Amino acid sequence: MLQVDGVTKRYGDVLACDRVSFDVGAGELFGFVGGNGAGKTTTMRIVLGVLAPDAGEVRFRGAPVDHAARRRFGYLPEERGLYPRMRVLDQLVYLAELHGADTNAAHRAAEHWIARLGLRGHRDTEVQRLSLGNQQRVQLAAALVHDPLVLVLDEPFSGLDPLAVDVLVEVLREQAAAGVPVVFSSHQLDLVERLCDRVGIITAGRVVASGTVEQLRAGTGSTLVVDAPAAPAGWAAGLPGVTVLGVHNGQTRLRVAPGTDDQPILAAALATGPVRGFTHQHPTLAELYRDVVGVR
Amino acid sequence: MSPGHTVWLVARRELRTRLRAKSFLVGTAVSIAVLIGFVLLQSTLFGGERVTRVGLSGQATAISAPLTEEARSRGFEVRISTVRDPATGESAITDGELDALVTGTPAALHVVVDESLDENLRRALNTLVQSEVLRAQLAAVEELDPDQVLATVADATVDVRSLRAPDPTHDQRLALALVIVALLYLSLLLYGTMVAQGVVEEKSSRVVEVLLATVRPWELLAGKVVGLGLVGLAQLTVVGGVGVVLAAVTDVLTIPGVALGTLLWGLLWYLLGYLFYATVFAAAGSLVSRQEETQSVLLPITSVLVLAFVLGFGLLARLPNSSATAVLSVLPPFAPILLPGRLALGTATAWEVVVAIVLMLTSVAALTWLAGRIYAKAVLRTGPRLPLRDALRKGAP
Repeated sequence: MLQVDGVTKRYGDVLACDRVSFDVGAGELFGFVGGNGAGKTTTMRIVLGVLAPDAGEVRFRGAPVDHAARRRFGYLPEERGLYPRMRVLDQLVYLAELHGADTNAAHRAAEHWIARLGLRGHRDTEVQRLSLGNQQRVQLAAALVHDPLVLVLDEPFSGLDPLAVDVLVEVLREQAAAGVPVVFSSHQLDLVERLCDRVGIITAGRVVASGTVEQLRAGTGSTLVVDAPAAPAGWAAGLPGVTVLGVHNGQTRLRVAPGTDDQPILAAALATGPVRGFTHQHPTLAELYRDVVGVR
Repeated sequence: MSPGHTVWLVARRELRTRLRAKSFLVGTAVSIAVLIGFVLLQSTLFGGERVTRVGLSGQATAISAPLTEEARSRGFEVRISTVRDPATGESAITDGELDALVTGTPAALHVVVDESLDENLRRALNTLVQSEVLRAQLAAVEELDPDQVLATVADATVDVRSLRAPDPTHDQRLALALVIVALLYLSLLLYGTMVAQGVVEEKSSRVVEVLLATVRPWELLAGKVVGLGLVGLAQLTVVGGVGVVLAAVTDVLTIPGVALGTLLWGLLWYLLGYLFYATVFAAAGSLVSRQEETQSVLLPITSVLVLAFVLGFGLLARLPNSSATAVLSVLPPFAPILLPGRLALGTATAWEVVVAIVLMLTSVAALTWLAGRIYAKAVLRTGPRLPLRDALRKGAP
């Protein structure tokens, strides 16, 4: 539905995006994960046409995205921005109208999102007088107010309180259920793991992995948590097919390569003293991310 | 949705925001108040006759009638009062109730003033004293009638032929010219700066990224320029209209037709000048990301406006007919301020107006193209001030 195909953008010597490609299907939640400066924001700006790519293109429903198509996109930029001296309702109505809604529809949509995001008490308040959390809610409403066909949200969860996070999760699921492709970036990987159908990991301008979390897990083995309180540091080092992820409260987290027999690990653990736990877990997205990006 | 509709939506937001703001009402009210003050000042300076109050004491009371006559022939008026003794007269001068106290005999007058003697009054009194002395000398010659000689002398005057009919409305026209020059200068400066500040506000609040996801840069720029331009036009029309009506009602102006014409020319040149300056202001504003940096980046543009204003005031008052004034008033950066002034004075010719408008429209087109490029390139760049050279470099943003 939304296809980013070979998008490349260079700033001087820095390659901000290097042939970035991914697809987001109708009704799919796509999590875009990467470190600061990895190229997430540049990619999103290119999808929205705020920046022009040096190469590659973005397609929606098979056709290259033009200005008219982008009108129906919803965008939450990483650097939040609203008119500080404009009232919440006026602001949302104005943005809805700029996206092509007529005045009545714009008012209805603005009121709907004000209520939905818990801003009713602030509809006539100037944005600059709102708390940061509430400004954030207005910004979300601004991305949603024109009933977008595609949602592109750059770090939508940052700065939200837990209740607002719940509301946003609900809203994103609703939008996806209505068939809207949703792309969002986040550093909260547990949230991405819980919410997203598929994930793309970008580092230094390149998409290094993408797929469902299950697909990303394939071939990475499992995470083994060994609770051996008396074990000395480094007890597991050198075991074949084993990588030590970390030690915490006497629990050692190990990455076990696929096809590795876990019994020699148990034997090695028992050799250090009592073993109270020996559990296989799926690697979390955070662990997969560290694997892929190559940082421990 | 057509680009025109988008531009209108952006312009409408500017209009609503500005017209609702207190600063617009206050600004308009202050401008009208200043204009009223100016009109009242004019009515006391030009409208009222200049009257010099002279106190006569002792034998000097004899010059009352000749002094009144002499003053009238010199184009000013004296109000004469009799003062009982010189001391009373001097205290009246100190209190500002009299401008001059005259004592002594008609042939040897003494004058007391507060600081300096009005030159017109000095010459009038000198003439009186000299003719008195002359009369005494003539009286010594037996076969002469002093009065007849003096009358003959008084009749001997130069014959004057004017090459051009004197314009009795020149003072009023000059006042109109200076007012329209000042109004245009203030409007262009104020609304040009507002465009730049609006651009910087959108940049510094980062709202520009939300906007550019749905609006093209040129639509955003055009909407802002059109919206603020209309606000400025409305303000200038109200202030100018009130000024014209007021001046006509208070009889400060006896040429309301010229005043109205000046206002209409002023409005046209406001539009042309605004289009010329506003896009440049916008492009300059787009180079910076913080309000604090706005003033410094605008300085070159505001300097040109200040120069046009200063030149306008000086040239229109002192050298309204010089060819330098004519040339400057046709050149685009100065024309919007100078030419309406010359039109008010009635010194601009039709072909000068045509040339000025053609030059203006050409440069507006060129500047809009250039400024639009700079703006589109610079408006998303945050951080330090963007060098102009980078903003002009080819390539997409």
